[in-house]
Amino acid sequence: MTAVQKNVIKKDNQFLDNENVKALLLFLLSLGIFLLFWEMGAKLKWFAKGMPTASLTIQELWYWVTHPFYNNGPNDLGIGWNLLISLRRVAIGYTIASVIAVPLGILVGISPVAFKAFNPYFQLLKPVSPLAWLPIGLYLFRDSELTGVFIIAIASIWPTLNNTAFGVANVDSSYLDVSRTLGASRWRTIFKVIIPAALPNIISGLRISMGIAWLVIVAAEMLLGTGLGYFIWNEWNNLYIPNILVTIFIIGIVGIILDQIFAYLEKLVSFGKK
Amino acid sequence: MTLDTLDSDSIDLNNTATNYQISLRNISKVFPGNNNLLDKLTGKTKADFTAIEEIDLDIEHNTFVTIIGPSGCGKSTMLDIIAGLSTATTGTVTIDGQLVDKPGPDRGMVFQNYALMPWMTVKDNIGFAVKTVYPKMPVKQQRRIIKENIQLVGLTGAENKHPHELSGGMRQRVGIARALAINPQILLMDEPFGALDALTRGFLQDEIERIWEQQRKTAIMITHSIDEALLLSDRIVMMTKGPAATIAKVLEIPFPRPRDRTTVENHPDYLKLKQQMEDHLYRETRAVEASRIK
Ligand SMILES: Nc1ncnc2c1ncn2[C@@H]1O[C@H](COP(=O)(O)OP(=O)(O)OP(=O)(O)O)[C@@H](O)[C@H]1O
Ligand SMILES: [Mg+2]
Repeated sequence: MTAVQKNVIKKDNQFLDNENVKALLLFLLSLGIFLLFWEMGAKLKWFAKGMPTASLTIQELWYWVTHPFYNNGPNDLGIGWNLLISLRRVAIGYTIASVIAVPLGILVGISPVAFKAFNPYFQLLKPVSPLAWLPIGLYLFRDSELTGVFIIAIASIWPTLNNTAFGVANVDSSYLDVSRTLGASRWRTIFKVIIPAALPNIISGLRISMGIAWLVIVAAEMLLGTGLGYFIWNEWNNLYIPNILVTIFIIGIVGIILDQIFAYLEKLVSFGKK
Repeated sequence: MTLDTLDSDSIDLNNTATNYQISLRNISKVFPGNNNLLDKLTGKTKADFTAIEEIDLDIEHNTFVTIIGPSGCGKSTMLDIIAGLSTATTGTVTIDGQLVDKPGPDRGMVFQNYALMPWMTVKDNIGFAVKTVYPKMPVKQQRRIIKENIQLVGLTGAENKHPHELSGGMRQRVGIARALAINPQILLMDEPFGALDALTRGFLQDEIERIWEQQRKTAIMITHSIDEALLLSDRIVMMTKGPAATIAKVLEIPFPRPRDRTTVENHPDYLKLKQQMEDHLYRETRAVEASRIK
């Protein structure tokens, strides 16, 4: 065996030893088994009646990915339009919530009295499913679009508020000591020290809020008309399961993308922590 | 008290306390325990804790003072009171005749844990201090001061790094540069090298000695190291054990300046002073241990 060959063999082994490569291979293997099982099970009628095969579902997925935008009226709207509608509702509701939650969280976090005084509200409202607000929204706005936005705002306000207040209240006291020994004004301390120090907490709050907003929008839209949630509901009424599966997949992918944007922001402000 | 009487007071103090820059009079600090009714009902009472009691200390201009004492005796408590970060339960601190009641940029502080803002670069950490203390200074001059102080502590080239990219020794250099950049009258340091390895510690002691010779600012430093105290100080304040710790003795250190390790160690008084400090620390620390066992 020549030296060159030896080298090649060694490299090959290293390639297989790599953890990521192993994980990828395992992933592909499990995916293959899963799809095979699904395909066979559907063909041999192991599952409920009408369960589509994997190949049909993938075909549908391909169709929707290549034809996302068409418009034959509200009950036959391309998946791309529905996605954009959902994203728009989330964007508006989430922005309103963040614009309220971040400053309010900073205010509450700075003052121990405010923290104690307002904490009961937050604690009470935090565990309530945002969908419980749906009737209130419909009653208040008498409009499904505004109600959707309202539900998203309610859903995404608490994690941001909570994390911001916590981050601000727990800023490393030595940073505050530095600020005090320099004789910095209250405003300067808030903007130059407290907010930057709490930023990692604020962003992880925003990240959790975004995750919840994306969870909630689908459920809310089932009751509101248009959007990805309604698309699923509509396909259920049509009893066409492949499209439901395709939509679930797309909701998951979009959720990952949204989450990764915030993961990137978190990394930007972490400065060696974690 | 009106402004008038305040003024005449301070003039008075200046006259009587001739040369002293910093004066501590009858300083005590009691950390309140939990003895209100609610605590008594829940059975979670805790007695008041007197950390330091009736401390008197005078420090002349341009002296380097170190405070040494058994751990937990109240050194940080005392320094925080001088810094204005904490208030004394009784007694007063005056600096050039002015009562100290809050922190201020006339005192530059170096922290044991460096206390650098992790989101700011080296330059920005120092810049934050300069811009906070001298907001009206022209930007050009601010930049010059930042640059000079980075140079002074030997960090040229690391200006744009963030603290997490620096070693502990380099971080504390930034801490020192930040404290010096605001041109304080007094430098306060609470175990500035406590978290560093022996070698880095030695380097930074030499740096402090070199910088101190250039600027000769009054400095108060807390340390646990006898050698460090002997190398740097004009006077060493030895404290008794807590609770109710106070000053046991103040040693005058006669070594000529500028100093370096070898000349200091070869000075005829060196061994005697060192022995005296070791005895004191040993005695007090043993008393602390004994009281713990009881
Ligand atoms: N906020 C506080 N509340 C109650 N007790 C305190 C508080 N801060 C300090 N103490 C107590 O006061 C005493 C003196 O504390 P201090 O930190 O000043 O000691 P030190 O001499 O700096 O110790 P070390 O050498 O460990 O730094 C200690 O016994 C400590 O437990
Ligand atoms: Mg201490």
